[in-house]
This record gives sequence, C-alpha cells and structure tokens, in this order.
Amino acid sequence: MDQWISFDWEALGANFWSATVDGLTFGGIYALVALGYTLVYGVLNLINFAHSEVFIVGAYAVVFTLTSLGFGPSVPNLAWYAIAANLLLALVFGMLASAVTAFIVERVAYKPLRAKGAPRLVFLISAIGMSFVIQYLIFWWRGPNPEPAVIMFQNKPVFDIGGTLIYFDSILIVSAAIIMMVVVDQFIRRSKLGRGIRAVAQDPDTATLMGVNRERIIVSTFILGGLLAGVAALFYVMKVPSGVLYLGGFLLGVKAFTAAVLGGIGNVRGALLGGLLLGLIGNYGQILLGSAQWNDVVCFVVLIAVLMVRPEGILGSNLGKVRA
Amino acid sequence: MSRSTKALAAAAVLALTLAACANTDDGDSGDEDSSTPELTVQTAIDAPDDAVSPAGDGSAECPATTTIAYIGAETGANAQLGINIINGVKLAVEEHNANNANCQVTLQTFDTEGDPNKSTGPVTQATNDENIIGVVGLPFSGESKATGTIFEQAGLVHITPSATGPALTQNGWTTFFRALGNDNVQGPAVPKLTEKLDAKTVYVVQDDSEYGVGLAGTATEALGDNVVGSDKVTTGQKDFSATISKILAEKPDAVFYSGYYAEGAPFNQQLVAKGYEGIFIGPDGVKDQEFINQAGDASANAYFTCPCIPGELITSFSDAYKKVSGGDAPGTYSVEGYDAATVLLAGIDEGNQDRAKLKDWVTNYDAQGLSKKFKWDETGELTELAVYGYKVQDGQIVSVGVL
Repeated sequence: MDQWISFDWEALGANFWSATVDGLTFGGIYALVALGYTLVYGVLNLINFAHSEVFIVGAYAVVFTLTSLGFGPSVPNLAWYAIAANLLLALVFGMLASAVTAFIVERVAYKPLRAKGAPRLVFLISAIGMSFVIQYLIFWWRGPNPEPAVIMFQNKPVFDIGGTLIYFDSILIVSAAIIMMVVVDQFIRRSKLGRGIRAVAQDPDTATLMGVNRERIIVSTFILGGLLAGVAALFYVMKVPSGVLYLGGFLLGVKAFTAAVLGGIGNVRGALLGGLLLGLIGNYGQILLGSAQWNDVVCFVVLIAVLMVRPEGILGSNLGKVRA
Repeated sequence: MSRSTKALAAAAVLALTLAACANTDDGDSGDEDSSTPELTVQTAIDAPDDAVSPAGDGSAECPATTTIAYIGAETGANAQLGINIINGVKLAVEEHNANNANCQVTLQTFDTEGDPNKSTGPVTQATNDENIIGVVGLPFSGESKATGTIFEQAGLVHITPSATGPALTQNGWTTFFRALGNDNVQGPAVPKLTEKLDAKTVYVVQDDSEYGVGLAGTATEALGDNVVGSDKVTTGQKDFSATISKILAEKPDAVFYSGYYAEGAPFNQQLVAKGYEGIFIGPDGVKDQEFINQAGDASANAYFTCPCIPGELITSFSDAYKKVSGGDAPGTYSVEGYDAATVLLAGIDEGNQDRAKLKDWVTNYDAQGLSKKFKWDETGELTELAVYGYKVQDGQIVSVGVL
C-alpha cells in the first residue's frame, strides 16, 4: 500500500476494450475542439485561448435548446426519429451559438489589435482575457452549479467485443468525429474558402497581393472553428449530461489544445489523431496506474516525449503545406 | 503564462501516493433477485425544548462594530454547500438582531471557493479585521487544514459547520471547533448502512481531496472484507469511464463514493447509464439536492451518510430558513451553520466581545443546540454525536433516521 507507483497490468488487460472505446469516444470530442485551435493557429500562428469558452457557450445552447424542448433528467419517451430531430435542432443552435461566440472573440480580441499591428504576445493576453470574461459572464448569469442533467436518449449496447458492450453513443461520436474531420479536410483542400485559408496560412502578404481578402479568411476560420466546437458541444452533453458549467470549457479546452499540439498544431488530420490518441493514452494510463490522477500525468508525459522527438507534433506539417 | 503551462503545473502537483488495488475475486453475489430492503423514512423531528435561541433575551448590548464572519465557498464547484451554511448563519444573525436593539451584529462573508489554495487570502483578510471576533467556517477539510494556523496566530475562534477531516483536531489548535462528528464517525456508519440495505460487496471510490481520502480510509477499514475493489478519481473530473468499467467487472452490490457531489453526481449518472444496478452510497459531501439535479434519474439508487440532522424536518427552523433563503428548504449543514452562529452570538450577548473572551466562551460552552448538544473536548471535537442515514426518494433527499 505504501509504494507511490504501481502497475496494474491485470486491470488493464481486463478493461482493455472498454478503455479503448471510452478513450476513442472522448478522443473524438477532444479532436473536434482541437480543430478550432488548429485552424486559427494555421492562419494566424496564434493560439486562441478563448476557444474553450466558444465550446462551452455551444454546450449551454445545446442544454437550453433541449430543456426547452422538454428534455430533462429522465430518458425521453419519444420515438427515435423525434429524438433525432430534436437533437439536430440542438446541434444547429449549439453550432450557431459557438460560431457567434467565435466571431465576437475575433472582433473584440483580435481584429482591433491586428489593425494596430500589435505584437504577437498581446493577442495571447487578449484571448486569455476574453476567456475569463466569458467564463465569468456565464458564472454571473448561471451561478456556480452545472446545469441540471439533460439525458438525450436511452443509451443501448449495440454489439460486444470480447465481452465488452459497445454502446450506441460511442459509435455515434467516434464516427461523427471522423466524418467531420474528413469533411473539414476536404473542405480545406477543395473549396474556394479552403484555398484562401491555405493561402493565408502559407504567406499572408502574398495571398493579399493575389487578391485574397485576408480579413474575411480570418473571420471565416474563427467561425468554422466555432461551428465544429458546437458539434463537439452536443457530443459532450451526450456523454456528460451534467458537465455544463462555467468552468466546463476550460478543463476540456486544455485537453483539446494538448491534442492539437500532440498531433501537430495547424494540421487538420493531426487534430483527429492527437485527440483520439490523447483519449486512449489517458484512459490506459489511468487504469494501468490505478488512479484518475494519473490520467493527465500520463497524457503530458507522452506529449513531452513526442515533442522531444518531433517538435512539430506527430504529423508535423502546418495548414499551409496541405496540397490540393 | 499559457493555459497549457497552468495545466502542466496542475498535473505536477497531483498527489503521488498510490495504493495498490486490493481486488479480491471472491464474495461474488451478483444475484439478480437481491432487491434492496426499504428503509423507513423519517417525517418530522421535534426541536429540543432547551435549545439555545440566537434571539437571546433581548437585553444584549454590544458595540456597533461587533462582527462575525462566514469564511468559505460562496462560488466554485461546491458552492451550494456554502450557500446552505451562509443562510443558516444569516438566519441566526437576523433572529438575534431583530430581538436585540442595542446589539446589532454584522455578518461579513469571505469567499474561498472551497479551494485550499485560495483560502489563505480571505482568512488573512478576515483575521486582519479587528472587528471580526468569531467565525463560522471553513466548510471543507482541505481549506481548514491550510488556514488553521492563521486563525490560531490571530487568536480568532472559528467553528466549522462541516469540515469532517479527523486530523484537523490533531494540530494543537485552540481556536478550532467542529460543530459535527468527524469522518471517524461517518466511516464506521457506512457498514451500518450497507448492512441495513443488505449489500454484501462494496466498491470504494475516492477522490483526491483531504476529505475523500480520509473518509475512504476509515470506511474501508470499517467495511473490512466486504470491500471488493477500490479506485481513485480526481477533483474536476467529468469522464469516469475507466473507473466504471472496473466497477462493472466486479458487479458489487454497492459503490461507496468518498468525495463531493461535483464529481459524485456525473460519476453515478455515468455508472447507471452503463448498466450498473446496485446501490450508490455517498457521504455528506455528496448529499445535496444538486446531486439529484446533476445525476438526474440515476440518483434514485443513492443513499447517504451524514453526521448532520435533517434540518428540514424541524418545521419551525425550516419555515424561518425559507424566508432567508428565498424559498429554498434547509440544505445539508444549514442547521449546523445556524447552531455555530448561535454559539458565537450567545457569547456576544453574555459580554464576550473581543476575540480572547469569545474564544474562552466557546471553549467552555455547554448547552443544547438545535441539532445536538454542544460541548467540546480539549481538541475541539464534540463529545456527543450521531450519524444519520439518508436516501433519495422521488427526487428528494429524505432521512431514514440515525444509523
């Protein structure tokens, strides 16, 4: 009992599949939020520290929408298509709320400074400032307690792997995260706006000379990140029905930011890889070492180890280098 | 400093102690037909006739600057517990001031967010204010440990209405008093509750707080061979899937969660969502209406231990409390907050109007309060104690009487 660290391989073996599925599920949520960090970093070479609040505002919108539709702490007694329609509506409101927040963050904390040519560090500080302002506005409005639980549907096991039941929500979240990632990746590669984002990421001055409206690209990038955070918000509420409180974004934001760095910040595929890996590593580490206190420790040890070998993250390259 | 640096720092200060899991594979009793026995619900408790009232006899005189303080959470993840206490204290002060025209005691509140790291500032601020001669607080064990020395140096008497860490009274502090039983009382009450509920196998999950670790220790010892496994979670955690899969593998009759509702509620909600059908037992830190709000329907499987009296069952107190709280019924530790403030106010009324005198007053106090008799031993522990059992019924926490 007195040793400070011990490895419980037996527990890891016994819980391997459930740890894997749960890790991937949360990893998918991290990945969607990580995209917001990565996209903004790609075009501005700046970390948007207010992105965690962009996310939590979306989560509030999801909860408020569902609550006003009659969802609550009990499993809703509705047909599956009615639930799906309600969830879609909540998703739309979540995405809208996050996108609007991201837009406001850009307008308040970035644009005025950019117009004045402020040094890079100033943007970091103004973003952290925005993050606190939003956090405490929420606190002032909603108080210290999380919103009451909102249960979306009766979660049922779909199939089992080696005796571990795989639940519907996990399948939904992981596949949605991957699909969203492919869509964003293709969007950046193929669409006109995507081409603009890549151009600004590669060389903002030349892009401007070539007729790309840099300001418009920057705002669009923030909004795109916000929309994805809104998707993550729906899944977050699905997994943690009572996790929506003023500080809720911060905790997840740290993980998502770490995921973005792990996968290679500025890299869309890196965000997915980083998110899923971080979810897995944390869960494995936690079970192996026998305490949730190790979850973050293991995550950050792996992050540091990876950064020592590959300082740019696993997939390394930045947004500008993506070829069409 | 960036947020990632903050997170790294936070990760670095995590406690490094780790006990090996004591998994035993016997004691397999996952019988499906094991229905939980129904416990009888208490419906009313009479207020003791000889309970001291904060209103006093109305003849008290004191300087207009006379101030008592509440120091503890007003915001933060476990704020509700603090609010329960503040309203109890407020009620006592209001009853006192309404009846004593020549002694208007001011109540000041200081917010610690319940966080040991943030508690020293507010406490220093309070001890530097000479008008403050007595304090109700601090509510949590971690912050009480972090600040006890500051109170001691200032000679400022403080009565905690809710900090139950046993070690708090082992520091030689002469200014620290506890208005309820410590975890050494609550721990042994857990097997009493599981026995009544016919739960033979118990999985113990603790958080990383002073309170959670201490209570898990005494509860585990008291449960003995009935413990089939244990795991640890952290403050602020929202995803408990790793712990839950370990629990589901063991199929225990009951899970004892040693921590606070901020983690306990999502934990139990996720546990039940993953198909757990056993009982959930939480200590006083989990026993709060917020637990039910956050865990939703999953909370129907929950039972609690608490060295606290069900204040809402004392009708006279409950009615008066609602006027102060804006309609909310008394919560966990509302009565204790009220009682602690009453001890201080009674002292002020008796002419103990500086820190040294009020401290002596509390040290030698021996009278009935609303919740229990208040008489402390030399360490600051009460001499007579009881632990109550509670359960969730129709979305409300109801008392099942003394365990």
